[in-house]
Amino acid sequence: MNFQTTIGLEVHVELKTNSKIFSPSPVEFGDEPNANTNVIDWGYPGVLPTTNKGVVESGIKAALALHAEIEKHNHFDRKNYFYPDNPKAYQITQADKPIAHDGWIEIEVDGKKKKIGIAEMHIEEDAGKNTHNPNGYSFVDLNRQGTPLIEIVSKPDIASPDEAYAYLEALRQRIQFTGVSDVKMEEGSMRVDVNISIRPYGSDKYGTKTELKNLNSFNYVRKGLAYEEKRQQQVLLSGGTIQQETRRFDETTGQTILMRVKEGSDDYRYFPEPDLPALSISDDWIQDIQESMPEMPGKRRERYVSELGLKDYDAMVLTQTKEMSDFFDATVKNGADAKMAANYLMGDVNAYLNDQQVDLQDTQLTPEHLAAMIKMISDGTISTKIAKKVFKAITKGEEPVAWVKSKGLVQLSDPAQLQPIIKKIVDDNQQSVDDFKNGKDRAVGYLVGQVMKQTRGQANPKVVNELLMKELNNR
Amino acid sequence: MANEEKIDKAQVEHVASLAKLQFEDADLGKFTTQLGDIMELFNTLSEVDTSNVAPTFSVTDQFNTMREDVAVNSHQKEALLKNAPDTEEGFIRVPAIIDESEGAN
Repeated sequence: MNFQTTIGLEVHVELKTNSKIFSPSPVEFGDEPNANTNVIDWGYPGVLPTTNKGVVESGIKAALALHAEIEKHNHFDRKNYFYPDNPKAYQITQADKPIAHDGWIEIEVDGKKKKIGIAEMHIEEDAGKNTHNPNGYSFVDLNRQGTPLIEIVSKPDIASPDEAYAYLEALRQRIQFTGVSDVKMEEGSMRVDVNISIRPYGSDKYGTKTELKNLNSFNYVRKGLAYEEKRQQQVLLSGGTIQQETRRFDETTGQTILMRVKEGSDDYRYFPEPDLPALSISDDWIQDIQESMPEMPGKRRERYVSELGLKDYDAMVLTQTKEMSDFFDATVKNGADAKMAANYLMGDVNAYLNDQQVDLQDTQLTPEHLAAMIKMISDGTISTKIAKKVFKAITKGEEPVAWVKSKGLVQLSDPAQLQPIIKKIVDDNQQSVDDFKNGKDRAVGYLVGQVMKQTRGQANPKVVNELLMKELNNR
Repeated sequence: MANEEKIDKAQVEHVASLAKLQFEDADLGKFTTQLGDIMELFNTLSEVDTSNVAPTFSVTDQFNTMREDVAVNSHQKEALLKNAPDTEEGFIRVPAIIDESEGAN
């Protein structure tokens, strides 16, 4: 029997606002526990939350990036549950009328494009963070309590673990370009909940789904889903039934392990949040935000290929983050050759970022400096070999033109200067001249090497080659 | 609420467990009766025809009461921790939480 797979993804994205969603406490990471909290975050009796306008604005931005319909009249609801990370005993979220619904994003798997629908997107507050120790206690830090989140729920369009991976990549990329979040799973600003079911081909009834937890990277999502897809197939093929359960992905074995069986649905007793007035989003507001939206990655990728002549793969790499893509655009705008700029960004710059474990925006590199360096290579002022040194200097914030001059690294391209050096070296190496005349080409390489040695690597190899050949042919 | 059925003991027990409430068996019968009476009273509301009335999500007629995204640290940490049942090194200390998956989102 053949099966078809249906995957659902719920993605939480932490918004990068200055203050929390319903209180003015700062949104900061790594501070002392509970330092960024106030009476509202602690859910004291009688406090009144107020909605952060920046959160609604970020929500609209994200919704637009996901081609979603914006719900003009939306409101918040209470989701009731008891847990120490949430002292109010409820989370303020949107259940009944989320801010956006019916969006889509495009994914690409093995060169095939597909639209994945987005059922809804809502805004809500994050809970605090618990840590545990083995001595019978847990510790609560409410700094994260009230950090704004958006939750993005996919439609049941994702049909394979590879599509799930591509969806997460595309989602991360589009949200990243809006600037509303860092969307980094390793830092917890993007979190993914996954469910999966399978059914016989052609069946119009979805199978029972299982939920997967502890998927801390896109790769683990793909691996966990692939394992679970196979496991469900084996259960069904051996005559068993899938039960509704939550399973945990084990990173070391790549398997999913039963955590608990779900009995009945959760009972959160949602009701409209009485402390917060509803939101009414005007067309003007949406339009203003639409106009401030940066060009999205798909459009940039197309433009890099059609207008700048980049390979599609290179265009894809350069549009992974908005910072990289903006940097590339600015480098080209400053006069650098587009292909060289692309090669430097994907090569030396990426290697530098990986080596230093930093993001592009946190370095001293600027598009102006990179462009100036590339222009010096293009016009022969420096060799690509010297450029390695220049690149090191620009990572330290040096202005490359001035730096090259001050270090005396300008490439020797002037025949009037090179001619006497070459003549002397040829005079001193009669053996090489004889070898050359006897058809031994490697003699040329040896002589070029001598010239480079003499000029401490600054001679323009192309000019040296030309002059040397002329000199040898004259002998 | 169109449901005319009386609330039963199992439902009261369920709601009590959601609210983390514990009480004696004798009280269960009393609360079931009381809650049933309250539900019955509310059920009289269903006699009103509301088919042409938009749902009420909020009793205020305000919209978009929002504040600008400006961070203010109120430096209330010490005072807040004083009111916590138990603390350790700036954290609120609570009995061990076993089921990590229970938290919402």
